[in-house]
Parts: sequence; C-alpha cells; structure tokens
Amino acid sequence: MEVAFYIAGIVAIVSTVLTITRLNAVHALLYLIVSLLAVAVVFYAMGAPLVAALEVIIYAGAIMVLFVFVIMMLNLGKRAAIAEGQWMQGNVWVGPVLLSAVLIAEVVYLILRARLTESAGGVVDPKQVGLALYGPYLIGVELSSMLLLGALVGACHLGRPVLEKAEGRYDRNSDGARAHSGGNPIRAGARGASDAP
Amino acid sequence: MRRNLIFILMSIEIMLNGTGVAFVAAGSRWGQPDGQIMFLFILAMAAAEVSVGLALVLRLYHLHHNLDADAANEMRG
Repeated sequence: MEVAFYIAGIVAIVSTVLTITRLNAVHALLYLIVSLLAVAVVFYAMGAPLVAALEVIIYAGAIMVLFVFVIMMLNLGKRAAIAEGQWMQGNVWVGPVLLSAVLIAEVVYLILRARLTESAGGVVDPKQVGLALYGPYLIGVELSSMLLLGALVGACHLGRPVLEKAEGRYDRNSDGARAHSGGNPIRAGARGASDAP
Repeated sequence: MRRNLIFILMSIEIMLNGTGVAFVAAGSRWGQPDGQIMFLFILAMAAAEVSVGLALVLRLYHLHHNLDADAANEMRG
C-alpha cells in the first residue's frame, strides 16, 4: 500500500509539472486529467475511498469537461483544423498514456489485494463521513448549496447573449415605428396612443 | 509567466487540489472524517469558481478576441 501511495504521488507530481509547462492548452488538459486521477489513487491509498471516487467523478469528470468545452468553443478560427491535425499526431498521447498505465496497473494491484486497512491512520469509511457531514457540518452543506446556486445564477448571467444584439433589436423596432409614423419621433415614441384614434 | 486565462484557471484548480490533498492527509492521519468533509467543501467551491471563471473567459474572448490576461485592463489598475 505504501509503494502504491509513493508511485501515485510521483505520477501526480510529474503530470502536474508537465501540466504547467505545456504550451498547448489541450496537452496541458490531458496531463491535468492524469494528475487528478493520480491524486484519486493517492486518496484511495490513504484510506479515503469516498473522496477518491468523488475526485474521479467531479474533478476529472465534470470540471475537466467544462474546460474541454470552453477550449473547444474558443478554437473556432480558421487555424482550428490545422491545430487539430497537429494534435492527432500520436506522439502527443504517449506521455499521458504512460502515466495512466502506471496508475491503472496500480489500481488493479490494489483491487486484487483488497486490503484497505494497511494505511497509516486507518480507513475513514463513507458512512462516517456522511454521518459527520449531515450532523455537525449541516450548516456548511447549506452554505455550499447557496454558493452553488449563486454560481449557477452568475454563470447564466454571464453566458447570456451579448448586449449589442439586444440593443440592435430595440433599435430596429424603433426604426420601424419611426418609419411607420412618417418620421415623426414623437408619434413613433407614443405608438400606442397614435394608433388609438 | 503564463498570461493565458485558461492556464490561470487550470493552475487555480491545481492549487485547490493540493489544498484538498493536505486536508485529506491530515484527516487520514488522525482517523477523523473532518478532512474529507473539508475536501467536499473545497470541491463545491472549485466547481462554482470554475463555472463562473469559464463564463468570464468566454465573455472576455468575445470582447478582445484573445486570451491574454493583460488585454483586460480597461480599469487601468
């Protein structure tokens, strides 16, 4: 178990260093995903299986998918096809695949051994975490739910259509009203009143 | 120094992840679940931060058409 911990730690450090030194965003993202998976193995070897599963599901699953989507949306230029061709060269994948192979060999070894109680401070099982999370830390759960709601509203507000389009639509409407009222801006502004008689 | 906004957000994720490793290691050392609970809160905070941050990155890219953090200096800070 200690050997697995040290190997996963070395993989995490190497892939993190490679993450912050890559020039291409997609390469850095690949190494970052490998780094998060290595940290998940570290958590499992430290006796925290719930956190290891959440690291894989939320960090490497959800947050990294957000990054992939944003990088995909930002590469809509003409050089996107050329860059795509460069990314599919094959030697790009060697580093992450090697590091991930180390990790998966380690996970298979740990599952086949299936003795979790050898770690340093003992295993903290998910039942203990759940009891503490909804017992003394209940107010923290409520606060983090409010934080997530705020982030949801903020992301919706920032992701709305850009303001020039809305102004253009209103300008077009007022232009039409102005033309309809024969160029008189007062009648164009009071369209409801001018239609009445 | 990296000035790409995507790399800045990735580095923030790495730093938050390192904090989480420290919390979980401390909780595992004493056999208490508090470290894992702090990691869950860090996880929720990181998800909120990265969603708002990436929305801001998209908005800045539509404004300036590059990802340089120095391009967004209208406030002259």
